[in-house]
Amino acid sequence: MSNKSITEIVNKNLKTRYKKEARFKKYGQLSIFLAVTFLFIFFTSIISKGYSAFYQAEIFLKVDLNQEYIDPDNTNDLEEIRYSDFDGVINESLYSLFPQIIKRSDKRQLRDLMSSGASITVQQLVLDDLSLIGQTINIWLPLDDEVDMLIKGNIDVDLPEQARRISDMQINFIEILQKKGLIKNKFNKNLFLSGDSRESEQAGILGAFVGSALMLTITFLIAFPLGVSAAIYLEEFAPKNKFIDFIEVNINNLAAVPSIIYGLLGLAVFINYAGMPRSAPLVGGLVLALMTFPVIIIAARASLQSVPPSIRDAALGVGASKMQSIFDHILPLALPGILTGSIIGMARALGESAPLIMIGMVAFVVDIPTSPLDSSAALPVQVYLWADSPERGFVEKTSAAIMVLLVFLLLMNSLAIWLRNKYEIKW
Amino acid sequence: MFSYLFVILMVFAIFIYFYAKKYSITIRNQSGYLHSLPQYYGFYASLWFLIPSLIIISLYLIFAESFITSTLINTLPNDIKTLSSAELNLVLNDIKNLAVGNIANSSSFTEITEAANFYNKQNQLIDKVVFYSSLIIGLLTFTYAFKTISSSYRARNFIESAIHVLLFGSALIAIFVTAGILLSVLFEALRFFEVISFSDFLFGLSWSPQMAIREGQIGSSGLFGAVPLFAGTILISLIALLLAVPIGLLTAIYLSEYADIKVRAIIKPILEILSGIPTVVYGFFAVVTVAPFIRNIGSMLGLDIASESALGVGLVMGIMIIPLISSLSDDVISSVPQSMREGSYGLGATKSETIKKVILPAALPGIIGGILLAASRAIGETMIVVMAAGLSAKLSFNPIEAVTTVTVQIVTLLTGDQEFDSPKTLAAFALGLTLFVFTLFLNFIALKIVRKYREQYE
Repeated sequence: MSNKSITEIVNKNLKTRYKKEARFKKYGQLSIFLAVTFLFIFFTSIISKGYSAFYQAEIFLKVDLNQEYIDPDNTNDLEEIRYSDFDGVINESLYSLFPQIIKRSDKRQLRDLMSSGASITVQQLVLDDLSLIGQTINIWLPLDDEVDMLIKGNIDVDLPEQARRISDMQINFIEILQKKGLIKNKFNKNLFLSGDSRESEQAGILGAFVGSALMLTITFLIAFPLGVSAAIYLEEFAPKNKFIDFIEVNINNLAAVPSIIYGLLGLAVFINYAGMPRSAPLVGGLVLALMTFPVIIIAARASLQSVPPSIRDAALGVGASKMQSIFDHILPLALPGILTGSIIGMARALGESAPLIMIGMVAFVVDIPTSPLDSSAALPVQVYLWADSPERGFVEKTSAAIMVLLVFLLLMNSLAIWLRNKYEIKW
Repeated sequence: MFSYLFVILMVFAIFIYFYAKKYSITIRNQSGYLHSLPQYYGFYASLWFLIPSLIIISLYLIFAESFITSTLINTLPNDIKTLSSAELNLVLNDIKNLAVGNIANSSSFTEITEAANFYNKQNQLIDKVVFYSSLIIGLLTFTYAFKTISSSYRARNFIESAIHVLLFGSALIAIFVTAGILLSVLFEALRFFEVISFSDFLFGLSWSPQMAIREGQIGSSGLFGAVPLFAGTILISLIALLLAVPIGLLTAIYLSEYADIKVRAIIKPILEILSGIPTVVYGFFAVVTVAPFIRNIGSMLGLDIASESALGVGLVMGIMIIPLISSLSDDVISSVPQSMREGSYGLGATKSETIKKVILPAALPGIIGGILLAASRAIGETMIVVMAAGLSAKLSFNPIEAVTTVTVQIVTLLTGDQEFDSPKTLAAFALGLTLFVFTLFLNFIALKIVRKYREQYE
């Protein structure tokens, strides 16, 4: 009798219990779905905003390199030529496309279609080949970023004229030029080959890229040897005592200290105390090295631990000293794992920007740095700076810079995974 | 001069290495016995050459500048010597710039020109002394070491103890870094607390760090009450945790208890990608995608949501810490012994009942540790809030308003033009100290809980 009632009770509840079970499982699936959706939205948002930065509107011009404008005194002096009126020749060529335009203000509007980088392009051409002076050349030249935005459809032409940064007349010019087939989208070399600029159509990430590369080199040269040495000591030599415990607590905490605090350390110690230059990759590299150091120690220790004791015993058994057993046998076996962990740590350092902002790397730097002591930007900081710029053209530039940064992170992580798969030994 | 000297030293050291190695091989051939392998003698000899020279160079790097400056001050005429330290520094800077040739000699004071010449001479003299003394002393110590090389000399033991010291030194750096952080931040923060009292900072209700330059200037009160910043930080972190904890935890549960290996192999890397995205990118995402989206939803509901609302920032930060919570919880859940699951199944519990009533309670300490670590990450997170959160310090817990955080204020105070001694810049260090102490506390507890929990089941 009582037995039956228990079965009844169980059976009565079974349906709701199974329902609950199914519901719980659904919650789990839902949360995974959400996480994946976030990632998806994230990438679509960045890519859809940024892909257009990889091309840029250019105009086809027949430029008459008239000697009246370039080197009128026929000095053949490079310095003299450098300061010639290259804008003038470009403008003449532009006016010749619209002979009906005479009014000064209209001419001005026409002129404003060109990027200020156009004259630099022509200047460089002439400086490279002086025989071009006096000839007419056919050339594609960059247009202004507002024009670029208009052609990419990012400017609402239905807005009243005052609310746009491009006038009705200019839109008309562009339509005529487009009909003639003189305007085309070309691959944007500037993005990869030049430094920062106030003009979005001329801004590039090369300076930031070189800065980041210099910094990561310094970070690796400092953090890797130190981190691996510390890991070897803690794993192989350290006695068990309070002091070593203290070191370990320190390392674990350092790995979790907010990165901005490292920036404060760098500002107070390297810049204010030691008087190192602001916004230099050297200081950035040092700060990132301090940040990456505990990460490398933790990775290296895990990797050293995974080498089986039999290797060590065998080495000691044939008469190697402890130091020899470590450096000749254990370390080489642990190295792929250590490198994997270090590369992942370096990838994190590459994406870090808060400490770099603290040490003044937010400066506007046009030049490509040539030494670790030059002022420089870094890729993530460039993203931050461009994201802050109000011009419409910088939004796509920011997304493009992000894509480049993500590609590098992906490359580093794939390298780490490749190393792990190729060299890791499962004991 | 340095790169030059350094190259010379390295060339010497390499030469010495091979020389000593060869010498030890001849010893071995003659006497038929050598205590250590020949390369150890090579290292031994070149170490004895390098270390003294490097010590001299580092002494030079540390002390030379201040030594030259102090002798320079002594040679200056009395009326300059008695200037205040700031003015004296200006004069010294002038002299040094003149000496290096950074500025054309426009100075009307012959004293300055003379001093610049003196400075140059002193510099050259010291450079010369360092150059030759490092070489000579290095060579002397090397000759001494070289003479000790014999078939019974224990070169390996010497090298190994040297390496041992080096390894220990590297491990010590962890302590130096912590001490460096604590001291540098503490030192500047203490200077701040000389001007603003500690309780005003910690309990004050309004924050407007703009100091008045002239008297009666409006809006430049120089108030340093950090409570609004703490409130904003906590609000944003709470929103982030409210999003990330359920999603992260449920993801971890599903992956470790329900999902088959194939699903796991796909989802885990995706979560890792999410955790590898730089925070500055999340910040941009928050500004251009999430904030407008939330604003639009708000206006559809008739709510006026600020474009820098705590809600938007918190959500993006939540996305950022989902992988952290899920991977930490995953570790913890997988380390709950299988026997506990089987015991529960044996009593007739369903899978979800087992998870809710057996596994989660058993894993709870570890999960809480993970959440604390995530909280500490959210509190210290900088770029997302710098880009997407507000600047004005309002004491508000309304998630649709713009609030500011501790890290945002540190960045704002320290970028742009700054004079280093004003309370405004020093306030950043006081905030940094608070942040450091608080996150240290959270991390410490979290790591302790996680470790204790791990030991329990091992």
